[in-house]
Amino acid sequence: MAEPLLQANHVAKHFGGVKALRDVSLRIGEGEIYGLIGPNGAGKTTFFNCLTGLYIPDGGGFVFAGQPLLADAPHQAAERGIARTFQNIRLFGNMTALENVMVGRHVRTCGGVWGAILQNSATRSEEAAIERRAIDLLHYVRIEERADDLAKNLSYGDQRRLEIARALATDPKLLCLDEPAAGMNHTETAELRELIDGIRRDGTTVLLIEHDVKLVMGLCDRVAVLDYGALVIEDVPAVVQKDQRVIEAYLGA
Amino acid sequence: MSKWLNPRSAFGLTLIIVALLALPFVAALGGQAWVRILNFAILYVFLALGLNIVVGFAGLLDLGYIAFYAVGAYTYALLASPHFGLHWPFWVILPCGAAIACFFGVILGSPTLKLRGDYLAIVTLGFGEIVRIFMNNLNAPINITNGAQGITLIDPVAIGDLRFSTTTHILGVSLSGPQKYYYLLLALAILVIVINLRLQNSRIGRAWQAIREDEIAAKAVGINTRNLKLLAFAMGASFGGVAGGVFSAMQGFVSPESFSLIESIMILAMVVLGGMGHIPGVILGAVLLSILPEALRYGVGPIQMAVFGKMLVDPESLRMLIFGLALVLVMRFKPAGLWPSPERKRAAPAAGASHG
Amino acid sequence: MDIFLQQIINGLVQGSIYALVALGYTMVYGIMGLINFAHGEVVMIGTLVTISVAGFLIKAGMPVMFAGLAGLTVSVLVCMALGWGLERVAYRPLRNAPRLTPLITAIGMSIVLQNVAMIIWGRNYLTFPALLPSVAFEFAGAHFTAVQVIIVLVSALTMLALLFLIYRTRLGMAMRATSQNPAVASLMGVNINRVIAAAFIIGSALGALAGVMVGTYYEIAHYQMGFMLGLKAFTAAVLGGIGNLAGAMLGGILLGLIEALGAGYIGDLTGGFLGSHYQDIFAFLVLIVVLMFKPSGLFGEKTGDRA
Repeated sequence: MAEPLLQANHVAKHFGGVKALRDVSLRIGEGEIYGLIGPNGAGKTTFFNCLTGLYIPDGGGFVFAGQPLLADAPHQAAERGIARTFQNIRLFGNMTALENVMVGRHVRTCGGVWGAILQNSATRSEEAAIERRAIDLLHYVRIEERADDLAKNLSYGDQRRLEIARALATDPKLLCLDEPAAGMNHTETAELRELIDGIRRDGTTVLLIEHDVKLVMGLCDRVAVLDYGALVIEDVPAVVQKDQRVIEAYLGA
Repeated sequence: MSKWLNPRSAFGLTLIIVALLALPFVAALGGQAWVRILNFAILYVFLALGLNIVVGFAGLLDLGYIAFYAVGAYTYALLASPHFGLHWPFWVILPCGAAIACFFGVILGSPTLKLRGDYLAIVTLGFGEIVRIFMNNLNAPINITNGAQGITLIDPVAIGDLRFSTTTHILGVSLSGPQKYYYLLLALAILVIVINLRLQNSRIGRAWQAIREDEIAAKAVGINTRNLKLLAFAMGASFGGVAGGVFSAMQGFVSPESFSLIESIMILAMVVLGGMGHIPGVILGAVLLSILPEALRYGVGPIQMAVFGKMLVDPESLRMLIFGLALVLVMRFKPAGLWPSPERKRAAPAAGASHG
Repeated sequence: MDIFLQQIINGLVQGSIYALVALGYTMVYGIMGLINFAHGEVVMIGTLVTISVAGFLIKAGMPVMFAGLAGLTVSVLVCMALGWGLERVAYRPLRNAPRLTPLITAIGMSIVLQNVAMIIWGRNYLTFPALLPSVAFEFAGAHFTAVQVIIVLVSALTMLALLFLIYRTRLGMAMRATSQNPAVASLMGVNINRVIAAAFIIGSALGALAGVMVGTYYEIAHYQMGFMLGLKAFTAAVLGGIGNLAGAMLGGILLGLIEALGAGYIGDLTGGFLGSHYQDIFAFLVLIVVLMFKPSGLFGEKTGDRA
C-alpha cells in the first residue's frame, strides 16, 4: 500500500467513565472501500464523529492526505475532502432535493453576499454551475425526478441516496457512510452496493460503517472490526471472516 | 424570481406599481394621519424583512431586534439635531447608522451565537433591554442621549432644497411631508425586498436555510456555521439601523420609549404571523400588524358608541385586546402563518413519474 | 458592611419571589419546551385578585388576617384555573405546530391578559392592603421586616413541597418522565395531557403565591407589573438552566442577590458614572456572561451536539 489517504493514530475518546474508543489506529488507502464493523456500541459512529470534527478526540489524531486534521472544526473536514452521511439521515427537510445537493457545493464555491445582491455575471455563472452539478449528482444517484420535492417528503431509500449525493457534492476524497443500508430491503441493498462500487470506480475512497455483514464482506477491500472501542483486527475480508476473535465478538453472536 | 418576470403577471405587477404610487394620495383623502400610518406600515415591512434574514432564513430567534433599530435612530438623532449641534446630511448618516448597528450586531453575536435557540432568544432580549436602559440613563454625568426626554428637533430628510418636513408643489401637484417620506420608504422597502429575494436563492441563502434545518448536517457539508450566523445577524442589524435612521428623521423626535421589548416582539410577530421565511408572507404580516391596531383605534370607539350608545370599555385596551386575540387566533388556525411558503413543485414531467 | 448585609436581605427577598415565578416558567419549559410569556401576567392577575377579594372582605368587617388568607386562596384558585385554561385553549392545539407558533400565541395571550386586567382593574396603581403587621427588626445594623421574613420562609417551604411533589409522587415521576421524552413516557402509560395541565396548574399556583408576596412587599400593584417581573424570573430560570427546578430556585435567589448588590455598589464600582437606575441591566449582563461560559446555564444539563 502506498501512502495512505487517512491515518488514524491512537485515537481515544471517552464519555465520562465510558471508553468509547481506545487507542484506535487505522490506515485507509487511496481508492479503497474500507469497512468498519462491530457490534452495537462498539464505537463506530464515535469514530466517524471524531474524524469529521463533531467530537474532539481525547487522545491521538488523524492524518489526512499527508496533513494532520484539526480537531474541533467540522466544516474544515469537508473542506479538506472528508464527507459523511449520518446513521439516522440528516437532510435539510424543508428544502428540495436539488437544494440539498446545491448546499453540498457550498464548500467548493465562493459566492458572497454582494455577489448575490448585485447578481453579477460571476455569481450567475457560478450559480448555474452549482445547479448543473447538483442535477448531475441527482442523476448519479438516480433520484433526478425527485429534484423538486422537499427532502422530508422523499421515501426512506431516496433520502439515503440524497444524503450520498449531498456528500458527493463536496467533491470528497473520502466518503464516509454511516450504515447506509440500514432499513433497506434486498433490492435496495443491491442497488446501494452498485452505487458505492461506482463511487469508488469514479475515484472516491469509501469508508463504510455497516451492520449488514454480507454487504461489507462482499464490497470492501479491507475491513476493521471494533469491539468495546478497541480495534480487534484490520485485514482483508477473507481473513477477518475466519478470525476467531471476530467470530466470538460479533459474527458468532 | 422568475415568478416576477413571468409575462402573465406583468399586468398585475404594473397594477401593483400604479396602486403603490397612488396610495398616499388615496390615503390623504382620509387625512395626513393615514399617510403616516401607511409610512409606518412600510417601515415595519422594512424592519420585518430585516429580521426575516435572521429568524426566517437562518433560524436564529432574535428578541432584541429593536436594539439595532434604536442604535440607528439615535445615530441619526445625534448627528442631525441641535443636541450636539451637528447637522450631517441623511445620506451620510444612514450608512453610518447601518455600520454602527452592524458593529453592535457583531459584538452581541460573536459570543452568543453558539447558544441554543431559546437561550439565544433570552440573551438577545436582554441585550435589547440593556440598550434601552442605557439610552434612558445616558444623560449624566455626560449628556449623550438626553435620557427619558429623548432628543427633539431632529433634522428631516432633505435632498438639496427639497425638505421632507414641508409641503412642496411639483408640477401642480402638492406633495405633503408624509407623502414624500412614503416614496422614500417605498424605495427602501423595494430595495430590501430585492435583497431578500436575491439572498434567498443564493449560495449564502441556502447555507442559512441549511443551518436552520439542521446545523450538524450543515457543518458536515463544510458550512462555517459560526461565520454565516454572524453574517445573518450583522445584516439584520444593519437593516434595523437604516430603518431606525429613517424613523428618527420622519418623527423628528426619539426617546427610549419607542424601543421597548414589546416593539421587538411586535416585529417578530409580523415575521411569524405572516409566514416565516416567506417574503410575501412577511410583508403581509408587517402591513396587517401595523395597520390593524391603528384601524382598531379608529374603529373601536365609534362602533361602541353606535351599538351601545356609550363607551362601555376603554377603547385603548379593547383595541389591544382584539389585537392579542387576533395573534392567538391566527396561530391557532394558521400555525405556519397567514401566507407560508408553498410546498414548491415544478411541473413534474408526466412520463417517468411512476419510477421509484 | 451594614449596606452589604442590608442588600443581602433585600436580595434574598426579591430572589425568593423571582424563584417562585421562575419555577412556573421552568416547569412548563422542561415539559414542553415552551416559553410561556403569559406567566408574568398570571402573577399579575394573582396580585390583583387578592387586592379585590381581601379589600372587599376587610371592608365587610372581616379580620385582616382571614381576609388575607381568603384573598390568597381565591387568587391561587383563580390562577390555577387560568393556567389550566391557557394551556387547554391556547397551547394544546399547537403541540405539533412550528416552533415559534406557540411563542407568538403566548405573546398574544400576554397582551390579552394585560388588557383584560386593565379593563377590570383600570389603569391606575392599586394599593395592596396591609395583610401583615408591619413589625421591623434590626440585626447587625441591617433592618428587616416581618413581611420579608415571611416571604423568604413561605417560598422556601413551598419549594420544598414542590421538590417533594416532583421527586416523591407518581405525578412528579410522570412529569419527570415526560420532560425526558414525551413519546416514550406516553408509551409507558403516562397521560401527557394531564402532565402538561398539571405543570401549568402548579406553576400558576406558585405564580399566584408570588403575586401575593409581591403585593405584600411593595404594597402596590398595576396591570403592567407582570411583564418585567416575568422577564426577570425567566432570566433567572435560564440562568439556573431552564427545565431544572433546583436551577430555577437558585437562579432566582442569585438574580435577586446580584440585583440588590449591584444596585448598592454600582456607583462605587464605576466611580459614580453609573447610578442605581442601572439596576435592571445586571440581570441581563450576568445572564449574557454566564451563558457565554456555561451555554446551558449554571445547573443545566449539557446538551452536546449529537450526530
